[in-house]
Amino acid sequence: MMLCQECRTNEANIHIIKSVDGKQTEEFLCEQCARQKEELDFSFEPQFSLHKLFTSMLDQGVLGSRETMLSAKTQCPACGLSFAQFSQIGRLGCGECFTAFEKSLKPILRRIHASSLHTGKMPVRARHRVKYLRELDQLKEQLRIKVQNEEFEEAARLRDRIQAMKSDLQNDEMHENKMQLGEPKELTEEDDPEKGDQD
Amino acid sequence: MEGGGPEAEIVISSRVRAARNIKDYPFSCLASAQETVAVLEKVRDITAGKDKFTDFIYLPMQDISALEKQALVEKHLISPFLANDSSNGALLMRADEAVGIMINEEDHLRIQSILPGLRLEEAWRDIGYYDDLIESKLDYVFDEHYGYLTACPTNVGTGLRASVMLHLPALIMTGQINRFLGALSRVGLTVRGLYGEGTEIIGNLAQVSNQVTLGHTEEEIIGNLGSVMCQVIEQEQNARQVLLDKKRAELADKAWRALGVLKYAQLLGSQEAIQLISDLRLGYDLGLVREVNHRLLNELLVLIRPGCLQLLAGRELEHDERKLERPFQIKQALERFQEQNN
Repeated sequence: MMLCQECRTNEANIHIIKSVDGKQTEEFLCEQCARQKEELDFSFEPQFSLHKLFTSMLDQGVLGSRETMLSAKTQCPACGLSFAQFSQIGRLGCGECFTAFEKSLKPILRRIHASSLHTGKMPVRARHRVKYLRELDQLKEQLRIKVQNEEFEEAARLRDRIQAMKSDLQNDEMHENKMQLGEPKELTEEDDPEKGDQD
Repeated sequence: MEGGGPEAEIVISSRVRAARNIKDYPFSCLASAQETVAVLEKVRDITAGKDKFTDFIYLPMQDISALEKQALVEKHLISPFLANDSSNGALLMRADEAVGIMINEEDHLRIQSILPGLRLEEAWRDIGYYDDLIESKLDYVFDEHYGYLTACPTNVGTGLRASVMLHLPALIMTGQINRFLGALSRVGLTVRGLYGEGTEIIGNLAQVSNQVTLGHTEEEIIGNLGSVMCQVIEQEQNARQVLLDKKRAELADKAWRALGVLKYAQLLGSQEAIQLISDLRLGYDLGLVREVNHRLLNELLVLIRPGCLQLLAGRELEHDERKLERPFQIKQALERFQEQNN
């Protein structure tokens, strides 16, 4: 065991090499003395304890190990980050990563947070869309239950409403995009986004 | 930061920050230098010379000295990450230092408000104001399920971290602190030392902040922290009363000795100084010493830190030189205070 050069009682578990104007000095200190000398004050704070916590959660198999293996290879199409890289650095690469890794991320988010649904502030521009999408989710859930209970008449009514809402939303978005591009164009029947969507 | 504010005898400061990212750009950890420059320019475009931002100072990290950065970290105005590891990082700071917008931190934007005393709602209102202004000019990365998307999953949702810096000498002296720490983690709060993650509690100062950012509204997060803080304040006050009843003379002695050492010491380390300031603060809060006030005590707490100290001295100082400079600067601050109050 090497003793701390400062107090000469504790074990020296910190090795500090300083290079000032090309002149190198080294010191072997215990954590306490290093802190007292302010060597640990600024640059040595462990910055990633939250991230460590959460990468260890990954290792502990919050996700099934087979699933982790498979998802490790998943890559975000927008920024190229792989899930394996994400679990190493603990940081996502872009907004699209949330969609690309959703399956594996969701249990992690649930574990860290109160739930996996945001209920707080929204950007003004997103508010309308979010309200619409959440209503849509509720209708879809109702539809699932109706189908399960074999109440087909009611289910058909819900399906039509969902279809109508979806195309409304798509039209709204296209309209908005065109407004942003400054090229107002007539919407046509061919723009119906829900073609082929059978649910 | 000025002193005072509500509950100033226990709460030193309240800090709230919101993490935001700009649409169509990779997060900072994957961004190229060109992309970080583009983010910087986008934010500059909507803020530089604009009405609501005329009282803001723009500080690019590459243009300021290591000492200035260290002092900003010590004042909690920027993160160590922004100071040391960011690419094209910058701080847009309101002249009163109460509001700051970090650019190219781990997230593109970290909008922060820091106020003396227990003023979480006010800090959140400040942030909301600038958040709305920025959002009216550019699109944030926002998801209908996960809210504001952030580089670290621990910030997703509201992107909100609210924290309170507490001075808890009585809970620590009476050994009740551990029970209190355990209880906090059960209500979704974390406790850290004076300088963030992984730092220990020194000078009886603890930072308490919310852990959860997704699934609660901003008002719920702030309300939860605020109401738990009210209970902690009550407990600390009870513990102080018990101490005062039983150990009045000892506490007065400790506070006056602290003032004496701060006034007359020739060499002072930063940890010792923080402890002395804590002893003096408790004495002042209990009415045993009247020679100081919260504003001065807060000023001392900042100026004894290595970066601020060297900045005040106007040059870089080795560890031993800082021990000599520290009591000199403390003495000057005490004298200025006396002059102002006579």
